[in-house]
Amino acid sequence: MKIKLTAIAAAAVMAALSATSIQAAAKTKACWVYVGSVGDFGWTYEHNEGRKNAQKHFGDKVETKFVENVAEGADAERAIERFARSGCDIIFATSFGYMDPVMKVAKKFPKVKFEHATGYKTAKNVTTYNAKFHEGRFVAGKIAAKVSKSGVAGYIVSFPIPEVIAGINAFMLGAQSVNPDFKVKIVWVNSWFDPGKEADAAKVLVSQGADILLQHTDSAAPMQIAEQKGIHAIGQASDQSKFGPKAQLTAIVDNWTPYYIRRIQAVIDGTWKTQSSWDGMKEGTVSMAPFKNMPDDVAKMAADTVAGIKDGSIHPFTGPITKQDGTVVGEKGKPLDDGAILGMKWYVKGIDDKLSK
Amino acid sequence: MKLILEKRPERSKKMALLSPILAIGLTVLFGAIIFAARGLNPLTALYVFFIEPVTTIWSIEELIVKAAPLILIGVGLAVSFEAKVWNIGAEGQLIMGALAGSMIPIFFTGWQSPLTLVAMLVLGMIGGALFGAIPAFLKTRFNANEILTSLMLVYVAGYLGDWLVRGPWRDPNGYNFPKSVSFEGWQLLPTIGEGRVHIGALLAVIAALALAFMMSKTLKGFEIKIMGNAPRAGMFAGFSPKKTVWFAMLLSGALAGLAGISEVAGPSGQLQPVISPGYGFTAIIVAFLGRLNPIGVIFAGVLLAISYLGGESAQMTLGISARIGQVFQGMLLFFILACDTLILYRVKLLSSTKPATGG
Repeated sequence: MKIKLTAIAAAAVMAALSATSIQAAAKTKACWVYVGSVGDFGWTYEHNEGRKNAQKHFGDKVETKFVENVAEGADAERAIERFARSGCDIIFATSFGYMDPVMKVAKKFPKVKFEHATGYKTAKNVTTYNAKFHEGRFVAGKIAAKVSKSGVAGYIVSFPIPEVIAGINAFMLGAQSVNPDFKVKIVWVNSWFDPGKEADAAKVLVSQGADILLQHTDSAAPMQIAEQKGIHAIGQASDQSKFGPKAQLTAIVDNWTPYYIRRIQAVIDGTWKTQSSWDGMKEGTVSMAPFKNMPDDVAKMAADTVAGIKDGSIHPFTGPITKQDGTVVGEKGKPLDDGAILGMKWYVKGIDDKLSK
Repeated sequence: MKLILEKRPERSKKMALLSPILAIGLTVLFGAIIFAARGLNPLTALYVFFIEPVTTIWSIEELIVKAAPLILIGVGLAVSFEAKVWNIGAEGQLIMGALAGSMIPIFFTGWQSPLTLVAMLVLGMIGGALFGAIPAFLKTRFNANEILTSLMLVYVAGYLGDWLVRGPWRDPNGYNFPKSVSFEGWQLLPTIGEGRVHIGALLAVIAALALAFMMSKTLKGFEIKIMGNAPRAGMFAGFSPKKTVWFAMLLSGALAGLAGISEVAGPSGQLQPVISPGYGFTAIIVAFLGRLNPIGVIFAGVLLAISYLGGESAQMTLGISARIGQVFQGMLLFFILACDTLILYRVKLLSSTKPATGG
């Protein structure tokens, strides 16, 4: 009797499972691998918003799945491969550290499309995508130089990779275009998401005289410190005004929705091709949260800068640019090419920090 | 009224062996309740959590990849804990082993021969053992509590590894990203079969068998047991408590170090800021769940590996939080400790009709 019951139970489970897999086969399945938690109100949060919006857009035609807190390392390959095995048609891997695992799994599953955010390796079925966050940094720099009283901004950063360095440089160039003597102090926290460390770094920077905080890390901690200390801050990845209603000047907002919808549509249509996508304000992937807590003329200047970047009349990296070591790059009036920005390994003049070799 | 724990006169051998099974049963039961509370069909959820990870060859292979470091560290800890030497810092010894072994591919990138791999594994064991030697020294020389020293050294190892990977040991052609060069050829552990199973899994089983033999058949095993359970008696027999501490720390450190270099030279294939998702700590549960018996540790390691993979598949298939795997691990440790306690002690209700004597 006992054996019979177990057999029936097992059969019921199997039936339930096979029913769901039959249903899934008709739909396009899009899957996301996140490095952080969907509740980080930063990087992963915005990717998950993109996923949710894509789900809404496609409705019943698409099924979306995600896995969060996947460590970059030995576990990433398993998580990605498991998605590939479970019938995902397209997999979005949203952290740089997934690059080699994505390449390995992609080799084994040539029919599955892989999209890797912020990396630099592509293959027939592996695409990279990233956004021109430095455009937002440039606008933020201009605002910071106008609003700051001490003329010093504190910048909390994760890793000295080109994307981060380009962001620091764009911010500095924006600030210098308003106030040539503007200073940026930098603290490396060596993490993408560590609210404790980010908060400590924010406090250190404030004690060193910074009255504007910004960050290239993923938590809202620096915004909260700025609010406590009564200074200003620029939000990162998503609108963080609820963490700093008086502190947030604006935020550089990532909006992955249009990209995700476009790529999933391409899979449905059978037109998906490998590429390296690098969208910015013009495409809507990078946008600025409402300009607040600043005089009207500063808000207008910021809005004009955004408009200029969108129509192409303003480019953050317009030559000539003086590097930290005194050499000059770029021709007068011409922007640096994309390759120079994507591989940036140097600081512009005036940044109070040294890059390790 | 108050509750007290009273030592049972007899220690039931049968119950002591049944305890982990009881604990697993309770974990499954409470797991089902949690799933039901989340509005999921508990049968489906338990199937996804515990059975699905062993339904395909690929996922069994991944299970072995996950279990290998847990077993390797767990058997070392089992011996150490049997001697009542509480090495809580296996995670740090794992990291140091990984760093020490990685020196070969990072500094002698071109060296390719079977000896390369042997040297890496030996260095890994030495790195872990040397890091385990620090709490051993502090314990034997200054009587410093090894629980504290070994645990705190985990952070030292973590930050050292972090700094090396982001600084001097970074791949020079890696766009400043925090990772070492990719290991190639003989710098990687040979794999068994199609997937990612590497000979580290074999090493884990060999280590478990060797330590099982040592504990049951050799004088050393007897010494460890006696020093753990009756140190005074052991001292009369001429065994040295200091030597036991050294032996336990060096052995468990070396095995943790071996697990570390096997991770780096195995599934990772390069040094990264995060080498292990806390294997050194999970292995503590593994050691206890395996009854501090090296053979038991093999089963416990596989079970804990399932809890990792099950948590992941529950997340992917059912859309529940990634933390569910950790909840299961926590429940498992809680129930095993509770069962152990209740096997050794019984709960007694003292009625308060008598005049209270304080407390």
